[in-house]
Amino acid sequence: MSFSPITKRRWQAFKENRRGYISFWILIVMFTLSLFAECIANDRPILIQYKGDYLFPIFKTYNENTTFGGTLETEADYGDPWVIKEISAHGWMIKPLIPYDYASINFNIPRAPAPPSTQNLLGTDDQARDVLARVIYGFRLSMLFALILVSLSSIVGVTLGALQGYFGGLLDLFLQRFIEMWHGIPVLFLLIILSSMVVPSFWWVLGLMLCFTWMGLVDLVRAEFLRARNFDYVRAARSLGVPELTIMVRHVLPNALVSVFTYVPFMVVGAITLLASLDFLGFGLPSGSPSLGELLQQGKNNPQSPWLGITGFFVLAIALSLMLFIGEAVRDAFNPRKIFTGGVK
Amino acid sequence: MTLLQIKDLHIGFGDGVRYREAVSGVSLTINKGELVALVGESGSGKSLTALSIMRLLAKESRVPKGEIFFNDEALHEASWKRIQELRGNRVGMIFQEPMTALNPLHPIERQLVESYKWHNQTKGVPAQEKIKQLYEAVGLPHFIGRKNLYPHELSGGERQRIMIGMAIANDPDLLIADEPTTALDVTLQVQVLKLLKKLQHERNMGVLLITHDLTVVRKVADRVCVMHEGKIVETGKTEDVFKDPQHDYTKMLLAAMPRGEGVPIPRPATDVLRTEGISVRYPIKSAVFRRTIGHVTAVENLPLFIRSGETVGIVGESGSGKSSLGYGVLRLLPAEGEVVFLGNRIDDLSTKALRPMRKDMQLVFQDPYASLNPRMTVRDIIAEGLEVHHPELSRIEVERQVDAMLERVGLTGGMKARYPHEFSGGQRQRIAIARAMILKPKLVVLDEPTSALDMSVQGQVLDLLKDLQASHQVAYILISHDLRVVKAMAHYIFVLKKGQVMEQGKTEEIFQNPQHEYTKSLMHAAFGDSL
Repeated sequence: MSFSPITKRRWQAFKENRRGYISFWILIVMFTLSLFAECIANDRPILIQYKGDYLFPIFKTYNENTTFGGTLETEADYGDPWVIKEISAHGWMIKPLIPYDYASINFNIPRAPAPPSTQNLLGTDDQARDVLARVIYGFRLSMLFALILVSLSSIVGVTLGALQGYFGGLLDLFLQRFIEMWHGIPVLFLLIILSSMVVPSFWWVLGLMLCFTWMGLVDLVRAEFLRARNFDYVRAARSLGVPELTIMVRHVLPNALVSVFTYVPFMVVGAITLLASLDFLGFGLPSGSPSLGELLQQGKNNPQSPWLGITGFFVLAIALSLMLFIGEAVRDAFNPRKIFTGGVK
Repeated sequence: MTLLQIKDLHIGFGDGVRYREAVSGVSLTINKGELVALVGESGSGKSLTALSIMRLLAKESRVPKGEIFFNDEALHEASWKRIQELRGNRVGMIFQEPMTALNPLHPIERQLVESYKWHNQTKGVPAQEKIKQLYEAVGLPHFIGRKNLYPHELSGGERQRIMIGMAIANDPDLLIADEPTTALDVTLQVQVLKLLKKLQHERNMGVLLITHDLTVVRKVADRVCVMHEGKIVETGKTEDVFKDPQHDYTKMLLAAMPRGEGVPIPRPATDVLRTEGISVRYPIKSAVFRRTIGHVTAVENLPLFIRSGETVGIVGESGSGKSSLGYGVLRLLPAEGEVVFLGNRIDDLSTKALRPMRKDMQLVFQDPYASLNPRMTVRDIIAEGLEVHHPELSRIEVERQVDAMLERVGLTGGMKARYPHEFSGGQRQRIAIARAMILKPKLVVLDEPTSALDMSVQGQVLDLLKDLQASHQVAYILISHDLRVVKAMAHYIFVLKKGQVMEQGKTEEIFQNPQHEYTKSLMHAAFGDSL
């Protein structure tokens, strides 16, 4: 794949912002690791060799009675002493680093929430679930949620903004007035009311939030298109007889995308925060989901267990700060003053 | 008597190995009461030289070497405080862009005497008296007493007069004028130059005039210094330099002035475009419902008739509606009036029905920096029209045609993969011409095709356009404010003012015997030796 010289120079400018560049890689590593959360924090082993067969408990459910010759008809509990004994007698198993997933309950603690110990490195929450495991899953969930939300609202926002800016006229007039009215709706209240009417799921919450986040980019893209549609090279394309849609995509959109890209990291920050605050209030993702907002809420409800609040705070603070630093670097990378001065001859 | 002396001045940017010199070893003297023109193309270092006199260079610049003496005082050793005392006091400055040089929030009066008050806190005549004197000096006596006059109420020429008034408020010994007339229309240029010349004589002021325009130089300068790539290549009395240039670069510059006449029209010529009267109006819309409540007329009922191989010149100043006319003819702006193009009526066609005909009508813009998409390669830019109108062509055939077109406009096929920013202004304009010509159009609107280019390139681009016209029989609508360009290309001329035709006729007739006063003043501005 080859990049245009502008792209190359932008990447160079991005790299020159050391803080943003390092943040970028840290976040990439953290996010990639969290994508494999099942292999890092899970109460099921990654791989079992049992009587010559290879078993993958993460991906497949094995019942205790049918697979391991036990008595229970339910899925094998790999923390149960009998199961451990049975497997090690006929083979071996590889356990994840953290032997809990986000929902598994540690019954070996005297009282929940339990403080950090060798068993639970960051303690447990008030339902005896491992905080570290929940944080890993929660980080993944927040990031995925934010990225999907931002991608979808970018697509909607860019499309509508482009149409408005490029064609103007009545379409522009009505959409702008609609957006102005839509802006007036208090988002948080509406989400709270709606989430009490439907059973919230990941996609429900995403959809509801999308209803309000798409507006963020419209004004920006609209302004870019308004500006660019009178550029000489757009006029030139029009006089060549290039179809309008091609002009929009080929000649105008790249300009608008520059400002969109500059905005995206900050939109991700906003989305993570919004999700966390909804979860904190208890109107977000379905109960039991590993969410950072819920962890903060537990921290508030259990002031005698500071590890809950502190963990929640640091995970959010670190993730958001990294994202902001990346945002600053992206802004540098797309800053024409930095890109187009010097080095050009 | 020497007023200003610059000795072996060097200016550069960057440090160490990245140091790049922009001005290398300039020496220059200006005597009292003398107008010296510093001529050069963009990037020749002429503005840097001027800015360095009053230490106005950008932070990033370095001055490793050089001496500047002003009234025998060594400015290169002077303190910042001393320089500040001189700025606007003993040395006045005028810049190119009068539209942005005045603060829109302050009344003109206050800005006019700001530097006067600053430098004459205790002595001197009262400010009100000074305002009166200055308004009279710059030829704006009707502004006296108008306390609440703001910059937006002034035209470009008036603003530039105000700028001059500000610069001479303290009766400076030296006036540095950096392209003072470039942003102005030709007839205003003459007026501003006359004013400068008058002030120079009255006050026995030294003037350093920085310009790229040889016509201006010939009219006003006592002496001229020609600058090229950071060096002064020739110095001499204006007449001597123009009559008998010594350096090759000066000779090239003088030879590059647009010259010659239009390409002979071949017989038989076919009709390309005919209209009994075309009008372009901009609607004024109401604030809330955007109903049209009136019109601003850009062009009123202009009859056009163009045959193949012919060039029709549209001459006028900014705001005369000449560009609107070009866009209106090409239907890039809504226009009224019946237009017949290649035998078909096009004014009532829909955008879609018009699209196939677009390949026969093309457009070349003024600013080659804005008219090429910076994100596309030269190949993609030139091939775009081919791919739209001839989708049947194979990739190889497209490449072949692009290569051939690049060669035709004086570039090489090897430049295809490069991006516009890697090219100079003249090369970019060639690319823009290639983009327009590859579809073999019958009509091309040339919207000020040379006015954004350096003078040495202007002639070459005009020659290219004429050459293409001779070989392709293409008809041109040439829009320009520069009569020299029009004379070099056009067969028939319209002189436009505020959307109305002032005068029209065959080129030679108009140039030999202009009827209208306005045409006469344009002619004088473009060709006269004096002011």
